[in-house]
Amino acid sequence: MLNSIRLQNVVRRLSIHTVLLAGSLIMVIPLLWTLSTSLKTQQQIAIWPPEWIPNPVKWSNYIEVFGAAPVMLWIRNSLVIVAANVFGSVVTCSLVAYGFARMRFPGRDALFILLLSTLMMPYIVRLIPLYVFYSQIGWLNTFLPVTVPQLLARNPFFIFLLRQFFKGIPFELSDAARIDGCGEFGIWWRIILPLSKPALAAVAIFAFRDAWDNFLAPLIYMAGAPHLRPLAVGLYTLRGGGGQLPDTNYLMALSTLMVIPMLIMFAMGQRYFIRGVTLSGIKG
Amino acid sequence: MTAQSAGMGRAAAARPQPRVRAKDLLGFVFIAPWLISFLAFDLMPILSGFYHSFTNWNALGIAEFIGWANYEEALTRDPLFWVSVNRTLYFIAGSVPLGIFAAFTLALLLNANIRGTGFYRTVYYLPSVVPTVAAVIVWIFIFETRRGILNFGLELLGLPTIRWLSDPNWAMPALIIMSLWTIGAAMIIFLAGLQGIPQELYEAAEVDGANGPQRLFGITVPLMTPTIFFNLIMGLVAAFQAFNNAFIMTAGGPRNATLLYMLHLYNNAFRYFRMGYASALAVMLFIVVFGITILVYRSSDRWVYYS
Repeated sequence: MLNSIRLQNVVRRLSIHTVLLAGSLIMVIPLLWTLSTSLKTQQQIAIWPPEWIPNPVKWSNYIEVFGAAPVMLWIRNSLVIVAANVFGSVVTCSLVAYGFARMRFPGRDALFILLLSTLMMPYIVRLIPLYVFYSQIGWLNTFLPVTVPQLLARNPFFIFLLRQFFKGIPFELSDAARIDGCGEFGIWWRIILPLSKPALAAVAIFAFRDAWDNFLAPLIYMAGAPHLRPLAVGLYTLRGGGGQLPDTNYLMALSTLMVIPMLIMFAMGQRYFIRGVTLSGIKG
Repeated sequence: MTAQSAGMGRAAAARPQPRVRAKDLLGFVFIAPWLISFLAFDLMPILSGFYHSFTNWNALGIAEFIGWANYEEALTRDPLFWVSVNRTLYFIAGSVPLGIFAAFTLALLLNANIRGTGFYRTVYYLPSVVPTVAAVIVWIFIFETRRGILNFGLELLGLPTIRWLSDPNWAMPALIIMSLWTIGAAMIIFLAGLQGIPQELYEAAEVDGANGPQRLFGITVPLMTPTIFFNLIMGLVAAFQAFNNAFIMTAGGPRNATLLYMLHLYNNAFRYFRMGYASALAVMLFIVVFGITILVYRSSDRWVYYS
């Protein structure tokens, strides 16, 4: 009796692991396949059935791709956008979150609900009017549409995330600082921010991801400025038309290069990722 | 009531409270960045979008007011409008239920008290950190007819190969398959919900002799309905506005098989510069997304269990 229960348990566990491992393979194969293809010559790519480990391994794709397209320029442009997004999100969203979490003023709660409601607003209703607005104020084909809004607390989710965290910090700390003559900005900067590193790290990571990933905004607002293209748009322009990819090995090398910073961030800050995603589910 | 609050207001005004006033203002200083961006990047664009949906406008000249003509054109004369509606509904019907089912199933398995939960969670979330454009480029290659790994797999199983991205019947299933690759975030949200269910409930059910399926449908699913509800709304809202994958992978082709609503809107706005017409398309999508959110929300008290 006991044995059969134990056996049943083992069988159950084994079958769960089998399903989960099969699923893991499906998740990972596209990435391994990309890596493998990025290390092949065009001739090796055409081999059927495909080889998983290329023979010989063509590491030089990763150097040649920089000559095949203005990759350095694209990366630089991406980093400009990323820097503005990370800096802007951390500083301005935390400022706004501090106001909502730890200050009292008329209409605060109504304004916060308004802020949350913009989370559910489809981005497309803004797309066209903003395009026209940017064109009228001469911002089209500059970095401004993808950097300035981010410097103005553009992300309601970040504000929400930081507000939740700030609310959990004991108010006695603020009171003590006030007695010592600290103003609200001082409390925000000297007390709240240093105590909120995990939340700020989560915001920084998500801001990095969003900016590195941002495709539609630069595609539309910077369409006429090829020299300002970020990596995402640059990679898209390499894709070309038709059913097949030209120079697949270079494309895969560049895709891998684009994934690597995200993998490093994920490896270093996985718990912030997970916590942030989990928190996004709580607001519902 | 009115007299009372007026009296209180007078009393408050009579008492000198300069510090409170200054502090009120300070609060607005803190939230000023968001207030400015709300006015400039939320409110203004929405009002402008609604207004311009009633105009004929190429973005450069003066917008000419034409009443409901754009809406009339979309609903009665633009054949691609209904094609794009149809394609979008197909995409939603395929990707949203499958995605929620797969994410929920995975979360259940991960929550089954096994070893390696952390490892699996990492692996399943991994695709979600891959930048969109890189992911789509990779999937284009996976779907390639002659060199793609998916057809290689089909061949191994002895099945006929498929022209995924050039066959109008298979391009949409390809998009849906790709959308399932990034269910990691939904899975993590489900997992967090599952971990919040009190263990005592299961123990009590076990004492009462409830078997696995009974515990699943008697405890887990009812207690998870708020999370299912959240993922459903987020999934629907995202699927209605899906753009990047279809735009990069197939650009709406072959033969409009993947012409999602957003692609039709993009074409009108940024290819043909029919800003007025595209604004009307945007307003209609806004209303539909908003309406569906409210509908799902209002139906929720019938099936969502809040403890």
